Amino acid sequence: MHKYLLRRFLITIPTLIGISLVLFTVLAMAPGDPFEELALNPNIPAEVRLNLRQQFGLDDPIPVRYVRWFTSMLRGDWGYSFASRVDVDRLILQRLPTTLFVLGTAYGLALLIALPVGVISAVRPYSLFDQIATTLAFVGHSLPTFFNGLLFILLFSLYLDWLPFIYSTTIEASGIRWVVEHLRQAAMPIAVLGLFEAASLTRFIRASILDVIHQDFVTTARAKGLTERRTVLWHVLRNALIPVITIVALQLPGIFTGAVITEQIFRVPGIGSLLITAIQSTDTPVVMAITFVYAMLVVVFNLVADIIYGFLDPRITYS
Amino acid sequence: MGTQHKVAVVDYTPTSTAKTFEAYPPRTLWGDVWRRYCRHRLAMAGTVVMLLLSVATLAGPVIYPVPIDDIDFAVKLTGPSLVHPFGTDDLGQDLLARILYGGRISMAVGLAAMLIAILFGMVIGALAGFFGGVLDSILMRLADLFLSLPQLPLLLLVVFLFRDRMRQVFGPELGIFILIVGVIGGLRWMQPARLVRASFLALKEKEFVEAARCVGVPSAWLIVRHILPNALSPVIVAATLGVGSAILAESSISFLGLGFPPDMPTWGRILSDARDYLDLAPHWALFPGLMIFLAVISINYIGDGLRDALDPRKIL
Repeated sequence: MHKYLLRRFLITIPTLIGISLVLFTVLAMAPGDPFEELALNPNIPAEVRLNLRQQFGLDDPIPVRYVRWFTSMLRGDWGYSFASRVDVDRLILQRLPTTLFVLGTAYGLALLIALPVGVISAVRPYSLFDQIATTLAFVGHSLPTFFNGLLFILLFSLYLDWLPFIYSTTIEASGIRWVVEHLRQAAMPIAVLGLFEAASLTRFIRASILDVIHQDFVTTARAKGLTERRTVLWHVLRNALIPVITIVALQLPGIFTGAVITEQIFRVPGIGSLLITAIQSTDTPVVMAITFVYAMLVVVFNLVADIIYGFLDPRITYS
Repeated sequence: MGTQHKVAVVDYTPTSTAKTFEAYPPRTLWGDVWRRYCRHRLAMAGTVVMLLLSVATLAGPVIYPVPIDDIDFAVKLTGPSLVHPFGTDDLGQDLLARILYGGRISMAVGLAAMLIAILFGMVIGALAGFFGGVLDSILMRLADLFLSLPQLPLLLLVVFLFRDRMRQVFGPELGIFILIVGVIGGLRWMQPARLVRASFLALKEKEFVEAARCVGVPSAWLIVRHILPNALSPVIVAATLGVGSAILAESSISFLGLGFPPDMPTWGRILSDARDYLDLAPHWALFPGLMIFLAVISINYIGDGLRDALDPRKIL
């Protein structure tokens, strides 16, 4: 197990280097010059501009610039936000917990819905419950988060007036009320994201269980007198979840897409909405850093998925 | 046709069988697929909805010739009425006309991005699967790398960085179109590539490939004429579903305000503009959102039906 973990951990290094290469290539190929505005200003002589270029190493060959950029990213020196006038890493660290809270809770909600629904659907295929569940899952899977979010705002904020639709960071309350207010404002973003994830998860879990449930070892488990409950929950589910975890890991980059949009709709102060504001104010260091943070999150969660995979499937240790 | 078949089974004399065989046209591969597809009711419903949407967006602006940028503040933010069936936006522009026109762009983006992704994916998958070895590992590592890239942030980054240059080179509309289609397609080739590679790995060991090789068929012809047609089924499904996800991707970019300019009202763009008027004019957001949803869900059902119809092991 240790060997597997170590090897799996080492694989993330070339992945991260690859991702950083792609990002840097995009940036290096992009037209435009950070000192373009200085060139238009008649008060600044051309030498000053050229000196600045030299000072920041913009005239160096691209591989040199890449190594410099990558090493400073590793050192934690992520640059300086033009728009907010603070260091990029501080800005991101302020916002990251909110994003992780919303994403994590939404994923927990998705699992809470998808596991029982998927299992019941697969155990009784083509029953009324299964038909309703699969139809709803299909609809939820096709309903884009941005439309879903607007529908939620229309229904719960404007029509029923139950929940606030703007996420506020400064809630003037303490104790229980603070917690309640926080939950109230987080409810809609979490529900939108969680339901979307639950829809696709349900489909995967159902399909995966249907693949497993007719195998011989399940018949054996039944034959030796295990209850249906124990057969399904212990023997079937554990085997069915292995491919599900692979698919979930593959889907992670897509989950962040939904997260960016949800944050933007409900004005959740996470890194997704920071990315959009940074793009609108052409704050390149922030945009680059956030894209890199998303890439790192994908890599980290892939690693976590693979470790869970190792626990669920004992065969993996020896491969 | 079913009754004819029954007659042939019951009345089993040589002459009548011969007669039914003559009356029965030979079953072709694609005829079978079509027959199996027709049995998938939801897929047929999806096909009908998709056809209606396509006809509406293609012929709609001709049949309903209301200008998309006719500003009339007297009727701004009004709900659906006889004059404006889908209501109006904050400038009093007719929403039905904008949605019909915008649908053309949304669908064109979906189709074009999918074509790029599929072509790119087929070439890479075929090369990796057919030649194997070092080429295979390099191409598949590349696919893995692209799969672990965060899609939307990267899409936004590329659009953000290259937007102005593309506008200068190709003009404001074509430039953005090429950029968005290129980026969406360029980030979606991995799945078709993996599917094609997997089919190629299995097919290139088959006897018919060996036979073709024996009679001296060159590699390129072997790939294009002999192996590729047999590897198409999963690609067709992926291509169908790819149109839906490309439409979604375009809508997401437009929704975040980085897509097409306001004079090219794609569905996502209209939805994004409607966001701040949700309390005054909910219809403004509902109609384009409903269009995106209808397009995506019907494409998903079509893909589902195709998957079942193209899989000969699946009993329908």
